[in-house]
Formats: sequence, structure tokens, C-alpha cells
Amino acid sequence: MADQLYREIILDHYRNPRNKGILDPADFSHEDTNPLCGDEVRIDLRVADGRVETVRFSGRGCAISMAAASVLTEMVEGKTVDEVKAIGRDDLLEELEAPIGPARMKCATLGLKVLKAGLSGAGQGDEDL
Amino acid sequence: MTTTQTASRATVSDPLDAARVRADFPILQQEDGQGRRLAFLDSAASSQKPAVVIDALAAYYRETNANIHRGVYELSEKATARYEEARHLVAHFVNAASARECVFVRNTTEAINLVAHTWGRRNVRPSDLIVSTVMDHHSNLVPWQMLAEETGAELAHVRVTADGRLDLDHLDELLAREPKLVAFPHVSNSLGTINPAAEIVRRAKAVGAVTLIDGAQSVPHLPTDVQALGCDFLAFSGHKMLGPMGSGVLFGRLELLQAMPPFMGGGGMIRKVELGRSTYADVPARFEAGTPAVADAIGLGAAVEYLQGLGMNAVREHEKVATAYALDRLGEVAGLRLFGPADAGSRAGVISFELDGIHPHDVAAILDGEGVAVRAGHHCCQPLMRELGVVATTRASFYVYNTGEDVDRLVDGLAKAQRIFAV
Repeated sequence: MADQLYREIILDHYRNPRNKGILDPADFSHEDTNPLCGDEVRIDLRVADGRVETVRFSGRGCAISMAAASVLTEMVEGKTVDEVKAIGRDDLLEELEAPIGPARMKCATLGLKVLKAGLSGAGQGDEDL
Repeated sequence: MTTTQTASRATVSDPLDAARVRADFPILQQEDGQGRRLAFLDSAASSQKPAVVIDALAAYYRETNANIHRGVYELSEKATARYEEARHLVAHFVNAASARECVFVRNTTEAINLVAHTWGRRNVRPSDLIVSTVMDHHSNLVPWQMLAEETGAELAHVRVTADGRLDLDHLDELLAREPKLVAFPHVSNSLGTINPAAEIVRRAKAVGAVTLIDGAQSVPHLPTDVQALGCDFLAFSGHKMLGPMGSGVLFGRLELLQAMPPFMGGGGMIRKVELGRSTYADVPARFEAGTPAVADAIGLGAAVEYLQGLGMNAVREHEKVATAYALDRLGEVAGLRLFGPADAGSRAGVISFELDGIHPHDVAAILDGEGVAVRAGHHCCQPLMRELGVVATTRASFYVYNTGEDVDRLVDGLAKAQRIFAV
């Protein structure tokens, strides 16, 4: 099971995270923690012409949460804000290509949760994005 | 090769035949898809249950089930007798002077909350000091925070030394302020440290403090004598000592229990009820409102008898051997950092560690794939984790059924984690 969980994509993104860092200034910035295990993820976005121009993630946590956040940034880059909002849990899990069980689901989806909370929290700012 | 040699060395002086004990636990006889039996190293969270406990539960429901107290038919009388017999077994197990000093609750958390709600609300005044420790489980921190918020009392916490012991000099400083209550864990659930409980109680009593010991990690593993400890309260969980889920005990000195108001109101805890007011039952019934977990209490009685059959000194010696062996073997793992005291004599069978470059959750997930069950996280000790400078640790904990082979499989699993992560 662990052999399948820690497949190439997860290990690759964990060892070589894409888009790691922070953006300052950013058009949108949000962070959250997984209270069960203390994983932390922050995501910063810059948006131009309604599309995600630059995205960065930062934080600390297990391989699943960090790799999933890294994979998510690649999914988000270049997409319109509406397209980003439409990304669901299953889309992310498909990209991870790993059997995420219930015990690790919160790890895998922490980045996505941060992204979605931030985007909805942006409220009227959405118009500007 | 070295593994086998050290394993056999580890079992030489073990007073328990853990392999034989293991045979008493049905759940540990299961094999996974690959023919491996479970290496269960998470007893600090909850222990497995021997067949005698499972059978006691089943026998109760098959033969004796009826609500206790006040039933005038034979079945109810039998159930009542068995329930009260379990109370006597538990009282004898911790050497309480009277069975009336043992209140059945669901778990350690409920026992501590009971004290906070009853003794605490009755006795704690604004600006009184309540002392607990940085090492405490959330269950011995949060109830006192809630009590302090309600009463205006002040909180202080005994610091932890670099090697994971309570800083007794700091305790003395806090005692100089004459706290109302001193609450502390006998054994740390994260570090395994065995605290000098009798000495702490002695010092606390010298300044007039009431003392509460969180015995969740000590009563299952060490011979316990509340009279020798001298404590006012001892809280512990049945489910961590081979008993059923939902069984726990609050020991309280009779004099204190008798002066305490009830916890919850309802049936069973009253003497006389009028519409406007009631008078309350004597202890321990005063604290057991409603139908109690009768079967679970009886199951706990069976667990206590089983542990006494093994002998608590033998249980302790077995865990000391297992812990010493585990400390040895984990010490061989490159990049592994152990938390807590270095010597097995100062610790119970709980070992927290961190592996360089691999998050505890990933370590635990890979171990799970190898049929080794450990816990990863903050172990309900967020303040202690902060003190240690970590978010989480991986924790292995031992009990009567663990063998040197379980430790070997843990170490092999860690090597696999390091291979997967290439660290």
C-alpha cells in the first residue's frame, strides 16, 4: 500500500517542489493548517487578464500535503479564475496518481482547500482578478 | 544476523513470555494479505483486549444483562453484584483504602473533567493558582483552562528539561506560590518519562495543594498504590489497560469525594427528589448519574484480574526490557532523533522519535504498509511539541504482547522508509 502511495509523482514533487516560495505583493494570498497533523500550506497568486499568471506555495508538512500542493500549482498556472474555481478534489487526485485513503485525504486536499477558501474569501475582489 | 542475536539477548531476562501472552489476544492472531501478523505498537492510544475480557463482555450480555441497582429480580441483582465486584477489583488493583473511592467514568478525560467541574467549581476562587505541566496531555490542560476562565483562577505550568523530565526546581518555584491544585502525568504519553509522582505529591501537599495524577499511561504499566503515592485524585482509562472502550476510573480520596457536589444530575445519583430540589446519593453513586456502562466496568474487572495474573511487576520488567531493546535498535538508525530520557529505567514503554527528512505521517504510512502500527502526530500534546520544536513525532508504544520481533519489524520498516525517500 505504501509502495503505491509513495509513487513517482508524489516523491518527485516532494523532493523537487514546483512553484515553491511566496509572492509579495500578491493579488491573492491565503494559508491554513490541518489541525490533525499540523501541516501548513500557503498559496499566493498573481492574476493578469483574468488568468493566473504566477502561483507560489509554501508551508511544511508530510510528503502527501507538500506534493499535492506542488502538483496543484502546476494545474492552476495559466488557467482562468473560473477554471481554477472549478478544480475539484477528484481532478487533483487524478493528477497525483496515488491511492489516497481516508486517513491521508486531508493532507492531499489541504492546498486545494487553501486555494478555494482564498478565492471565495476574495469576494468582490473576484471582479478584479 | 545481528537482529536475531540482539532479539534473543533482549528476551533473556524478560519475566513475561510475551509470545504466550500474545496468544491470549484474538486480534493479534490475524494475518494480513501477505501472511504477516500485526506488529501493534500503539497501545498508548488504546490497548488490545485479551479473550477473557471479550468473553466477559459477551457473557454479561448473554447471561446477566439487566439494569443495575433497584431491580428486585434476580438478574438485576446479579448485574449489580458483578458491577460492584468490578469496582472492588479496580480498587484493589490501585490499593485504594475503599472501593467507594473508585468512580466509574468513560475515560481519563471524563475523570479529570469530573474533578474540574465538581471539586474545582466548589473550591477554586479568583486568583487561586492551578499548576499543571508542559508535558501534560490536552486532557490535563484544557479542563483547567476552562475552570480558570470560569473562576478567574491563574494557570502555571511546570517546565520540561532538555532530556524530557519535569523541571522540579521550577515546580518548587511554583509551589512557593501555594497553588490550590497540582495536576501532572505520572507517565508522559509522548515521551514515556516516568515522573517521580510520590515526590511531587509530597512537595505539593507540603504547601497544602490538592493533587491530581493523570494515570492514563502509568496504571496500565506500573504497579500502582494510591496510598503510597499519597495523591488526592488519580484518573485512568480502562481501555488502555486491556479493558473495554468506554471504561475509565476516577480514584478520589473519600474525604474529598464526600465534600464534592455531583457531576451530572439524574437517576442513580439521588437520595430523594422533589420537584423543586433534591438530595444526593453518597459516593460513588453521586458521580454516576444515569445507567452506567455496566458491561464495560465488568470487562475492566476482567482486565484487572488478567493483569494481576501476569503480575504488574512482571509487566513493568517486560516493558523495561522491550524499551531498552528498542532504544538500542533505534539508536542504530542513522538520522533518527529520540525524544525523552535516554535510559529505559526512567521511561515506560513509549518512544517518540523523528526521522531526518521524512515527516512522521509518511513514516507511519510506510510502517503501516509493513504491518507495523504506530502513531504519528502531536499525541494531544501540542504545547510539548512546541517546546520540543517539532510539529509531530512518530510514536511507538509497547505492552504485554509486544516482542523483540515487533521492534525488529519497526526498525526494518524505518529502513524501508529511508529507502523510499532516499535519505
